Amino acid sequence: MNTRMSARMSTRMSTRAPRRSVRARRARSAVMITLTVVAALLATLPLIFILALLLTQGASSLNWAFFTAMPRPVGESGGGMANALAGTVMLITIASALGLPVGIGAGMYLAEHRGGRLASVVRFLSDVLNGLPSIVVGIFAWQFLVRPVHRFSALAGGIALAVMMIPLVTRTTEEMIRLVPDALREAALALGYPRWRTSLTVVLRTALPGIVTGALVAVARIAGETAPLLFTAFGNQFWSTSLTQPISALPLQIFSYAISPYDEWHALAWAGALVLLALVLVISLVAKFATRSRFGSAND
Amino acid sequence: MPTTEPRTLTTVAAPTVANGAADAQPLVSVRALDAYFGATRAVRDVSVDFVEGQVTAIIGPSGCGKSTLLRCLNRMHETIAGARTEGEVLLDGKDIYARGVNPIAVRRRIGMVFQRPTPFPTMSIRDNVVAGFRAAGHTAPSRAEQDQIAEWALRRSALWDEVKDRLRESAMALSGGQQQRLCIARALATRPRVLLLDEPTASLDPLSTQKVEELVYELRGDVTVVIVTHNMQQAARVSDRTAFMLLGELVEVAPTTRMFTSPADARTEAYITGRFG
Amino acid sequence: MPSTSLHGASAGDRIYRFATTAFALSIPLLLVLLGVEVAVAAWPALKAFKFSFLTSSDWDAVNGVFGAAPAIYGTIVSSALALVIATPLAIGVAIFLSEFAPAWLRQPVAFFVDLLAAIPSVVYGLWGIFVLVPLLREHVMPFLADRLHLGNTPFFSGPAYGPSMLAAGLILAIMVLPYISSVTREVLMAVPRAQREAALALGATRWEMIRGAVLPYASSGIMGGVILGLGRALGETMAVTMVIGNRHEISASLFAPGYTMASLIANEFSEATNDMHLSALMGVGAVLLAITLVVNIIARWLVWRVQRQARA
Repeated sequence: MNTRMSARMSTRMSTRAPRRSVRARRARSAVMITLTVVAALLATLPLIFILALLLTQGASSLNWAFFTAMPRPVGESGGGMANALAGTVMLITIASALGLPVGIGAGMYLAEHRGGRLASVVRFLSDVLNGLPSIVVGIFAWQFLVRPVHRFSALAGGIALAVMMIPLVTRTTEEMIRLVPDALREAALALGYPRWRTSLTVVLRTALPGIVTGALVAVARIAGETAPLLFTAFGNQFWSTSLTQPISALPLQIFSYAISPYDEWHALAWAGALVLLALVLVISLVAKFATRSRFGSAND
Repeated sequence: MPTTEPRTLTTVAAPTVANGAADAQPLVSVRALDAYFGATRAVRDVSVDFVEGQVTAIIGPSGCGKSTLLRCLNRMHETIAGARTEGEVLLDGKDIYARGVNPIAVRRRIGMVFQRPTPFPTMSIRDNVVAGFRAAGHTAPSRAEQDQIAEWALRRSALWDEVKDRLRESAMALSGGQQQRLCIARALATRPRVLLLDEPTASLDPLSTQKVEELVYELRGDVTVVIVTHNMQQAARVSDRTAFMLLGELVEVAPTTRMFTSPADARTEAYITGRFG
Repeated sequence: MPSTSLHGASAGDRIYRFATTAFALSIPLLLVLLGVEVAVAAWPALKAFKFSFLTSSDWDAVNGVFGAAPAIYGTIVSSALALVIATPLAIGVAIFLSEFAPAWLRQPVAFFVDLLAAIPSVVYGLWGIFVLVPLLREHVMPFLADRLHLGNTPFFSGPAYGPSMLAAGLILAIMVLPYISSVTREVLMAVPRAQREAALALGATRWEMIRGAVLPYASSGIMGGVILGLGRALGETMAVTMVIGNRHEISASLFAPGYTMASLIANEFSEATNDMHLSALMGVGAVLLAITLVVNIIARWLVWRVQRQARA
């Protein structure tokens, strides 16, 4: 590999050398390096624009009522998204309650059957599931859960989000468990621990901080999902915490306000977007920093 | 049941053994044991007795199967994918490989300590010590019972004075040598009949090694100890009897003093005089 | 433990093994269930319109005729546009971060770029509606068409509404950029140092080293990252729905509104008037599912091949 590469390199260079002076080659190198700097600037620019706009637009229409008040009809100013916030919390709870055990359990299976045939199939399909468009998950959940009972529901929305969550949690759980030294598993077995107890109280517990991080990352990702909820949770203008009723969610509410023609609703959409982004970022940052310090030493 | 002693054991069969323990009953008897990793036969037709209350060292060049033999004694060998055994290992005359025997029950009676210290990182010092003890019973032992057993095990492993003021702290804060003695305490807390030590000082500094060796020496009489070591001086210091393995076979087992002064087998002599591995 | 019996059951182990196996099996089962449910729901439409479902541009819910060609076309064009814009940028960022960036800048820039992936789609859509689309309508589109005189070409002709294929492509480019860039960065980091040093020792400039030694070594991994980004772009729903204009027409002009498969489903599903309409939307979902499945499998295979190469 190496020799082949350098052979290719040297032919490239030798054919070029007579044509270009060293200075021209240096200049060309400098130009290309500059271009990568420009690319980095261009790539970070949209983020800065979006954040700046969210902060100015969102903050100006964000107030206490946003968190406590219910939506108002068109024409009346004010109002908030209390129901959407509660709905998002509830949908995340349902999704976590269903998705975390399945994801963690499947991840434990994958970690314990590293080379197994079923394990490699599951690992691959888990990646496939992770790559599916969220809208497809949405119509699947509708066909499977909403259509038969003729009713949109919080439960259907939560299950759709759980489907999105499972592959993420599965893979991080597997990776985190693999970081636990085999010696610990052996030590527990040698103490007369049954396998299940070894896996749960020693291996899983040692990997737990990493798994929590993975779970938080997954929650951050589904918290902003809209497409799987369009035909499952559907949205609701009223307060609801029922599992079997349609329920509102922050992203759904932002969507319907954003495409509405009313300025008051646009303002609320900006405020909602700011809150949603803050929620997602806070969860991501907690995942990134809070658990790192605790785990550090157990890793090696 | 006729037991066929390998010919190399004839020297041991003589009743003139140091420590006057030769007529003691063997607590663990290995009979015609083979151990495999997939198709590879790592232990070949080994038969050996481990006498109750004695320390037996297993020596041999690396890759000779000594650790594998040790791991067969408490059915840890089979926890590796593709690993299996043939033959018998008798504990008090009962075959631990017989049908219906639960390996978990075996491991509670035959404890094990590994090359590298393996304290459970999520547990405190005290919880580490009682971890196996707590898992053993059908009902959880009371807090007082646990404290009692923790103190007993830590005293037994000569660690009590060093850790008695920080039992609630993480075991990861201890030094390597302390961690290894903690692991011995953890194994002792389940009150095993036999303690298997797999190169327990391989990752320790000389001072910690000395402490662990003293501890092993202390344990004789109460617990039957089998220690695998690649260090012949260590075997000479801590053991009553020594077994020498080569290429998966048990070449010779004899009282330690005799093994290191007048080995019966030429291969043993070659090894202890440093002529290979 | 008074008894010296070695016997005893380990029911816990059997339960544990059963439970984890069941959890693991739930992933293939879920995928099969998903495929079957979508296929079954799509079947009536696929059977009724056969091949014309893919090739026809007639999408008429009132008369019950459904051809998804504009949505398929729109999906492909908007994703291709996104990749054309995002790939050079993403590779540029990755090269900058892995080769040139000073250590103090590396972390923050990488963090910022990764943050792009954390922003919810609906927030991009909101930004698209109120910032990107007006910007395109008032400045970018007139500039392209009139100042650069591209208005005569079919690709930049027609009235500048704002919501357009161009808007969708741009917003998708921003959204897939972090995926391509993070995979590329990882692949570049995996290029052995000997590879670079060999090039430098031959007298190559820094750029020639990258061009000649690093990029060829990393190319199939970068390709994997691009295709992974393509998978994201094909299925992206909310942001695209909010800026693409939602019109059932195939137009060569990037200024014209269009549709993607995902946005078509998002837009019409809850208003679907009859069973055939629903089935047709499910059919669009099935086509989208099939395309992303193939794209993802190719991407995984490419990335996996690079990882195996790096290990060897």
